[in-house]
Amino acid sequence: MIQLSKVSKIYPNDVRALNGVSLRIRKGEFLFLVGPSGAGKSTLMKLLYREEFPTKGQIIFDGKSLVRMRPREIPYLRRSIGMIFQDFRLLPQKTVFENVAFALEVIGASKREINRAVPAVLAMVGLGEKAGVFPDHLSGGEQQRVSVARAIVNNPVLIIADEPTGNLDPETSWELMKLLADINLHGTTIIMATHAWDIVDYMKRRVVELVDGRIVRDEEKGAYRHEA
Amino acid sequence: MRKKGLTAMRLSTLTYYFREAFQSILRNSWLSVASIGVVAVSLLILGSSLLLVLNANNIADNLESSVEISIFLKDETKPEELKELEDALGALPEVAELRYVNKQQALEEMQENFGEQRDILAGLEEKNPLPDTFRVKTQTVDQVVPLAREVAAYPQVDQVRYGQGIVEKLLDLSRWVRTAGLVTMVLLAIAAVFLIATTIRLSVFARRKEIGIMKFLGATNWFVRVPFLLEGMFLGLTGALLAVGAVYYGYISLINSIQVSLPFMQLVTDRSLLAPMLEGLLALGLAFGAIGSSISLRKFLNA
Repeated sequence: MIQLSKVSKIYPNDVRALNGVSLRIRKGEFLFLVGPSGAGKSTLMKLLYREEFPTKGQIIFDGKSLVRMRPREIPYLRRSIGMIFQDFRLLPQKTVFENVAFALEVIGASKREINRAVPAVLAMVGLGEKAGVFPDHLSGGEQQRVSVARAIVNNPVLIIADEPTGNLDPETSWELMKLLADINLHGTTIIMATHAWDIVDYMKRRVVELVDGRIVRDEEKGAYRHEA
Repeated sequence: MRKKGLTAMRLSTLTYYFREAFQSILRNSWLSVASIGVVAVSLLILGSSLLLVLNANNIADNLESSVEISIFLKDETKPEELKELEDALGALPEVAELRYVNKQQALEEMQENFGEQRDILAGLEEKNPLPDTFRVKTQTVDQVVPLAREVAAYPQVDQVRYGQGIVEKLLDLSRWVRTAGLVTMVLLAIAAVFLIATTIRLSVFARRKEIGIMKFLGATNWFVRVPFLLEGMFLGLTGALLAVGAVYYGYISLINSIQVSLPFMQLVTDRSLLAPMLEGLLALGLAFGAIGSSISLRKFLNA
């Protein structure tokens, strides 16, 4: 589904974030992206939703070249990708329901579609009772589940999660992972950057390790550290 | 990737646009009021100077069509010389209208003009000091001065009179008003556009987090842009409406008071002339708003 070929990214301040990365991600995979801070994990994910543009190389997403994609096509690319961030990125002045509905509003969905889809995803992430609550009154784990609901309400083919457990305690982290594994089971591809070694080791999924902008390891059913 | 074609804009989307626009206006209420004020003042000045120019031109037109050259003849002019002059004047291509007024008629005209106070002129009948006169109208107003000069050189002619300077002064005035009004208006228009741009920039800044979220959720640039454009256009239009109201009612009351005190002043009251001007002011207000918003959004949404 996703194919990166010899992709390099050099930022204007001459920082070489990615250096000749080639990677193929199949539909329905659950992939952990690991490696030290600054290794290029975030950059790699930003390239996938065209927040950044590769300096060199080619990226194919669902048969389309992201390099040749025109700016006005980017919104449509992003509608097929759900995003989850470490800092949740919820709107504090909107309720849980409105935050999830927002993902549908901005793509021009009707009231009826919104009223049908939002309660369903809120029930799926276990927040059916909290629809009218504001994010500030929720725990970190609950806030992250709202952002998961927002990411999946649009039925994306891919979910990109950038350290989604970074601000969560271990127990809620596991709940979130169960949720993501469940979503993955329904066929959604998931790419997750993380430093949570225990999660990676337990889940036994594909692990891609980046160091200094290069892929140094790519293992099926891998662990956080390479086992010699 | 699913790419939906352009569907008709949904009512909920429209509601969203307007709700966001008005929330922003209320959030930055003071700056919004300032933007509206500057638009109103600049369009008020433009509207007033347009009205001044319109009227000055109108008055100049009226005067132009009524400008007459009075050619006073020397007292000793013989009848055949008079005939000779009349033929010469009649043959000039610039002359549109030629009228002979003898001393007697000139005095009668004068007595008529004095009306009630004609007694002042008593006794003039015996020794009428007024000369025989030719009254000439030219084809166009710019022929007045050269023709007057030419005729003054004729031997039978004592003096030539016309509305020296008045027409020129009026046209000068309207030209001056036009330039001054335009310069002031351009400066104020720039101020209005930039004040609206500042207001919109603040709105954008207040909602930058939301805009970031909208963009990763796949909102198009237009979806992000429209509420801010609406906000700017609303500010511009409101300012323009204030200006148009002030210009219109101010002008109506001016007309009413002038028609009482200075009835000979012919002011423009023709709706077919005034309406397009007022509509133009409204359109300009909208344009100020749209330009101001676009300036702020261009930098923000180029990604």
